[in-house]
Amino acid sequence: MHSAIELRQVVKRYGTTTAIHGVTLGIRDNEFFTLLGPSGCGKTTLLRMIAGFEDVTEGEILLFDEGIAGREPNQRPVNTVFQHYALFPHMSVLDNVAFGLKMKGVDLSTRRARAGQMLEMVHLSDFADRMPSQLSGGQQQRVALARALAPEPKVLLLDEPLSALDLKLRQAMRVELKQLQEETGITFVFVTHDQEEALTMSDRIAVMSSGRVQQVGPPREIYEAPVNRFVADFIGETNLLEVEVEAVEGGVARVVLPGGHRIACPAATTAAGRHHLSIRPERLTLGTLGGEIEGTVERVVYLGTDLQIITRLDGGAAFDVRLQNSARVAVPAPGTRVGLRLEEGAARLLAD
Amino acid sequence: MARGAPGDRSLLAPLLLPTWAVIGLFMVVPVAVMSLYSFLTREFRGGVDWTFTLSAYDQFFFDRGLFGDERPRLEWAYISIFWRSIWQAAVATVLCLLVGFPTAWFIATRPARSRAVWLFLVTVPYWVNLLIRTVSLRFLLRDTGPLNQALMGLGLIDVPLPIVNTNFAVQVGLFYSYLPFMVLPIYAAVERYDFALSEAAADLYASRWTALREVVLPLVKPGIVAGCLLVFVPSLGAFLAPDLLGGAKTFMIGSLIDEQIKGSQGNWPFGAAVAVILMTLVLIALLLYARAITRERPA
Repeated sequence: MHSAIELRQVVKRYGTTTAIHGVTLGIRDNEFFTLLGPSGCGKTTLLRMIAGFEDVTEGEILLFDEGIAGREPNQRPVNTVFQHYALFPHMSVLDNVAFGLKMKGVDLSTRRARAGQMLEMVHLSDFADRMPSQLSGGQQQRVALARALAPEPKVLLLDEPLSALDLKLRQAMRVELKQLQEETGITFVFVTHDQEEALTMSDRIAVMSSGRVQQVGPPREIYEAPVNRFVADFIGETNLLEVEVEAVEGGVARVVLPGGHRIACPAATTAAGRHHLSIRPERLTLGTLGGEIEGTVERVVYLGTDLQIITRLDGGAAFDVRLQNSARVAVPAPGTRVGLRLEEGAARLLAD
Repeated sequence: MARGAPGDRSLLAPLLLPTWAVIGLFMVVPVAVMSLYSFLTREFRGGVDWTFTLSAYDQFFFDRGLFGDERPRLEWAYISIFWRSIWQAAVATVLCLLVGFPTAWFIATRPARSRAVWLFLVTVPYWVNLLIRTVSLRFLLRDTGPLNQALMGLGLIDVPLPIVNTNFAVQVGLFYSYLPFMVLPIYAAVERYDFALSEAAADLYASRWTALREVVLPLVKPGIVAGCLLVFVPSLGAFLAPDLLGGAKTFMIGSLIDEQIKGSQGNWPFGAAVAVILMTLVLIALLLYARAITRERPA
């Protein structure tokens, strides 16, 4: 498949501190690609290097097979949606959207028409003559989006564009963004620290931490087959158990659980020895006794759609179970001894 | 709302009273007195005679010969002093802007901690009285001063450059006196400027110059306008720099007024009339500026 953006061993240093440690990534054309990680992991730095706001210390960035190292931001066919929108406060909404086209030398009537179309696309036609300060956060967000899409960039970069919006708006915008990406066919590179955002919109996700890419893959793969503790823990909730691995054969590991039970599970490693096992709390069923793991119920937390059952294993480790809050569920009382049964594919052996 | 609570406006009027009193007493009253004097008759020992007349203004604009019985011709002497003053003030403003803008930009883009140090350094000259600084400048620039001595010592010139008593010296004096008034308001505007907007402009294909023209300048314009006013207006009526650094050929409005009010050949109504004309010009300039700021630019 054709690559829209290719990062080759990209390194970023600020003085003696290294922000990006040799990242290699290929972002496909027409893809909704997300850089996901906690703050300070280097995701925004990476985005800013693609946009041209930061120099690349080492390595190469290719845009449609073309090196863009020496090019100023205004020479790159990418546009950015900024975290705090960065709308020009002295220009009307229409002029904001038309700015990129004006800079490209598009004549007045054409750029007005095109800006009008963009505003229609983000449902803001009635606001063309307003000033940005007269709009709500969500509306400003859409203007920023329309402004960045108006010059028809090859790649759209989005720097945590939803983080300043309230929850309901954020959820609505997720659907809209994804739709927009599919309609326009433009490659989106989306930066966020919100795993839910990443999972719902992306074609593929790169999970980053401390300047390195930990794992790249489609949302399902990232969630269900995390490679290491960081990814397993950062995406969703999980139980991490340190276990003894007897052998790994053909990607399947034989693992000894804390209670002595042996199970076979998919592995992200080929080596035997001590590793961590990730078990998603919603992939467990609760029985009175039996099951692969035994523990004692400590507390039941009511979460609305779900019930969180906090148990403690015999070894002393806390262990979470998520049950859907339905009438069929028998809620165990605190102090009850329970057996936890792993669903198919619930456990995954991590590399570390 | 309880009395004394935040947002209680009942205290506003008494709290503003001192301000209004000071403005009234030290600005409105003197300006009114001066305007009044400009319409009175000259008293030869200084002071005024309470006979209303327009002769002060007539003297400013028209020449009626030695005995006042000739056909009135336009009097260029005073108008040219005004013209020179406006020119000098304009040049000083442009110089201050050219130097002050980069300076303010530099300071505003430093890390927050070092900004305070730079601002402090800008204000250091104000610890010394303007008169003393202007006199020092004369010593520095005169034929036997350090500047000429150094240039001659280096063999760059054979005879001292005649700097003192020229328009140039007045220019330097005005520039030096009022530069901080340009730097500070521009600094305040640039400091508020969101640099993400420059990135957004560059991202949307604007070159550096275009971004400066289309985004930066319109947004820091209030600071630039304030700085220009704070330099232009006092430069126009400046008295020390033209008096101490200039000569007879560099006579400016400030010196003219000073001579009319304090001089032995003084003419109070005429001095007052010159001041009123100056004030009117400044007001017109202010109104034009105010219109310039509020006018919206079509994109």
